[in-house]
Amino acid sequence: MTFQSILFKNPEDVKETVTVPGFFGDLNLDQIIDAITAGKDEYNLKPFFYTPLNDIDAIVYRQEIMQELEDETLFEQIKSFAQKIRTMREHLAQASKLHYKYQKERYFLDAVEIYCDAVNCLVDDLSLTELKSRGFLAFREYLTNYSQSEPFSSLLAETKKLQAELATVKYCLLIKGNRISVRKYEGEIDYGKEVEKTFERFRQGAVKDYRVEFSTWLDMNHIEAQILDLVTRLYPDIFLHLDNYCAENGNYLDETIAVFDREIQFYIAYLEYIAILKQKGLKFCYPQITNKCKEIYDYEGFDLALAYKLAREGATVVCNDFYLRGKERIFVVTGPNQGGKTTFARTFGQLHYLASLGCPVPGREAHLFLFDKLFTHFEKEENIKNLYGKLQDDLLRIHDILSQSTSNSIIIMNEIFTSTTLKDAVYLSRKVMEKIIQMDLLCVCVTFIDELAFLSEKIVSMVGTVVPENPAVRTYKIVRRPADGLAYALAIAEKYRLTYDWLMERIKL
Amino acid sequence: MKVFLMYKDRNFDLQQELPSNAQALIQDLALDTLFNAMACGDEFLFEVARKALLAGLNNDPDIIIYRQDILKDCLENPAIIRAIYDIAIESIEREKKNYLGIFSRYPAAILHRSLEVLQLFVEMLKKLRTIADEHAGKFRSEGFTAFFKMLNRELSDEYFAIIQKHLRELQFRGGVLISAELGKGNKGNNYILRKPLDKKQGWMERIFGPRPAVHTFSIAERDESGARALAELKDRGINLVANALAQSADHILAFFKTLRAELAFYIGCLNLHGRLSSIEESVCFPLPAVPGERRYSFKGLYDACLALTLGRKVVGNDVNADRKDLVIITGANQGGKSTFLRSIGLAQLMIQCGMFVPAEFFCASTCDGLFTHYKREEDVTMKSGKLDEELNRMSDIVDLITAHSMVLFNESFAATNEREGSEIARQIVGALLDKHIRVFFVTHLYEFAHSFYDKNMANALFLRAERQDDGSRTLKLIVGEPLQTSYGEDLYNSIFGTSCPSDSASNPACSSDNSLVMD
Repeated sequence: MTFQSILFKNPEDVKETVTVPGFFGDLNLDQIIDAITAGKDEYNLKPFFYTPLNDIDAIVYRQEIMQELEDETLFEQIKSFAQKIRTMREHLAQASKLHYKYQKERYFLDAVEIYCDAVNCLVDDLSLTELKSRGFLAFREYLTNYSQSEPFSSLLAETKKLQAELATVKYCLLIKGNRISVRKYEGEIDYGKEVEKTFERFRQGAVKDYRVEFSTWLDMNHIEAQILDLVTRLYPDIFLHLDNYCAENGNYLDETIAVFDREIQFYIAYLEYIAILKQKGLKFCYPQITNKCKEIYDYEGFDLALAYKLAREGATVVCNDFYLRGKERIFVVTGPNQGGKTTFARTFGQLHYLASLGCPVPGREAHLFLFDKLFTHFEKEENIKNLYGKLQDDLLRIHDILSQSTSNSIIIMNEIFTSTTLKDAVYLSRKVMEKIIQMDLLCVCVTFIDELAFLSEKIVSMVGTVVPENPAVRTYKIVRRPADGLAYALAIAEKYRLTYDWLMERIKL
Repeated sequence: MKVFLMYKDRNFDLQQELPSNAQALIQDLALDTLFNAMACGDEFLFEVARKALLAGLNNDPDIIIYRQDILKDCLENPAIIRAIYDIAIESIEREKKNYLGIFSRYPAAILHRSLEVLQLFVEMLKKLRTIADEHAGKFRSEGFTAFFKMLNRELSDEYFAIIQKHLRELQFRGGVLISAELGKGNKGNNYILRKPLDKKQGWMERIFGPRPAVHTFSIAERDESGARALAELKDRGINLVANALAQSADHILAFFKTLRAELAFYIGCLNLHGRLSSIEESVCFPLPAVPGERRYSFKGLYDACLALTLGRKVVGNDVNADRKDLVIITGANQGGKSTFLRSIGLAQLMIQCGMFVPAEFFCASTCDGLFTHYKREEDVTMKSGKLDEELNRMSDIVDLITAHSMVLFNESFAATNEREGSEIARQIVGALLDKHIRVFFVTHLYEFAHSFYDKNMANALFLRAERQDDGSRTLKLIVGEPLQTSYGEDLYNSIFGTSCPSDSASNPACSSDNSLVMD
């Protein structure tokens, strides 16, 4: 197999989506993707994350690569490669900005040196690595052949030689009044060190740094240029060599390697993002993807966006399980406010979407469905003024969703019809649910209407739970249980976590 | 060159963060009175006293003894201590006065300024060494012995001579010689100041032997940007040496500042000692013990802040609470409970920072955290709001608490009815005890106090504010079972002047001083 792309198994599948999928906001996938791609703008990764795959083998192709990259050594090797290529780009950009000839030339030389080093290191690294994924195996073959090619070898040799020559340049300036003399360095000792040593004994700990920061302009002023000019006269051969080198090597960068450098960031970015969560003990797994069986499950899953936020604040993340068996298709989630219901719904959506990108998903073990379309309908707090108009909008939207759906779609609804009377809400919700039941599609429905949980054998009732002896404390656990509509009191000492039990836990000595 | 008069191996850090409950400690233990007595009107002494006392909670018995010995030396040689303190102050003042505001972005200016400051410091260091030469023999503590030895070793006449030579050479009369290499983009970098090979003949003049190629150019008279660029090159060359000199000046300044700060603590102790002697109160050096020994006993412990405020001797208490984790204090209002509790907290802080304590005898295990949870009179709003506030503060304490902490409660959790308050207090204290945290609790919550009394715990001690039969108080505490009254009627009687026997007989609990929050 000839290597084409590390992201797409079939060259003809290569596709990037520029627009954000409609459900991103509701599922907080926008937050997730923003965090994943933060600091990686130069790679323009979002189009990859906006493009779900619809072929199981294409997903598996990515899963293999991602799984392989979970090996810390390989991961660091690829990162180090990417960092080098990034530095190379910066050098080229700089070379084009500068003014004096010998500055431009030196930046170009450095850029090529970094590129050669990046290629060689990666070849070495990969040759020592036992690779299994189809993607990496093909890439290694390509890269190895390239590195052994004649053009690359001679480029490398020439670059090294020239750098070594330039490193030997060392000169002295004597500044007296307005005269400057330039000559080669002759081994004079460092006077600053001597002074420093004399006063060493007064050292008391950290003091202010009086070193003046000089402008770090990469440009030279005319005095510096004049000095460099005199230095080139001290070392004429070396600078002639540099001129010739630049004239000959303008077109050194390999296109396939450049594409790899961008695409591999898709994996790097995602793995870096979940690493923080893994560190907190949260689990990720590669889901089995199916487009036939709807007996899906995920154990110890969680909302990725929320977990990322909590992990950074040092708070604990609550995991939840779900499964569907036999005829079960729909989760109806009820329970206390702020009890994790919406989070559960988002988790369900996120898991399926991320799985369709070929990414590992939150959870210990997962079996997920390859959907054709994913729809969300989340209650928005705003525009609550025009109740009738809002209800109409809601219904239109749901009608829209249902008419676009197939039996392979997923629908996630969060607190719909809250703006109408209870009677209306019950009626409309029932109607919508009946449709969904009839279409046999996968659905999560978060609602305050307990009755919905008992509509059909396709429905599984999930309830947000509280600590039995203290209803004020949410567990954020969503469990399979008949909807029950508990009442919740508030105990003041509990609120401040000052009961005996709390203190024994809080005081960690 | 290190001072090390507060710790054997590090400086006293005046900038250190105080524990976040410091403000509560100051307020609850009336620490400002103590700081003022130590400061005698000097702001700096006040600040040092504040920092030393409030940041002393991590000191182990070794550090405490180290400081106690130094303090004993100070008490015997107060005049010498004050003379050294004055040298430190003069050095700092003159550095500030003469050279303030010369801060600059130019190494040449920094170099010039540093040379002048160093001249001044050399002069002051010589003075310091003279004192050391004369008086070192009078000091016995480990700290002072090492300090004087250090001065003698580090500040020899030869060393002063070397410094003078450098200060002369750094005028650069023969020009500045700098080496450089090619850096990023072939721009010169790694500029290093060099000492010319031959002092008498500059390298330009050496015409014998293989003559090195030298290229020279001058900046035109009117080329101002060229002159600036040249000055910058020169500045790059002397940047490091200017920095080294400026930092050396700062290091010596820091030495004087540390000397001033560390001595300021002992000067503060001398001041306090003077104040207490003048009202004929006695002090003693306490015996610190490690936390594991769970020592806590004293004789004649009095509240130094109260004595200083009243300007006369006050009543002291004797308690043996060795191997007790819980001390519950109950009894009459204005029977000296709060004063007693304050004297405990104050003494612990003084012990921890190496001071003497206001007592005849004191032996205590050190702690690493001291917390006060006092009923706050100010925001008496709604009942629930007040309990909220109290619990919130308690929760803050729990966040900070450490293994060898000590917590002083004063009338805590009384913002609700007695049963609820007792239950909250019982759970909190129960947990603290199970974590082996030392608790002193002044309370009117009878249910709470008695529930612990009934358990007959070996590690609990119960003290009671004593009352003479005629109603007049001794302000001394005795060991005894919690009683279900706090003699509030006494207070009532003393304020209203008339006895109200029916009231007190029928419902003594009502006369507790929590009446403000009763329904």
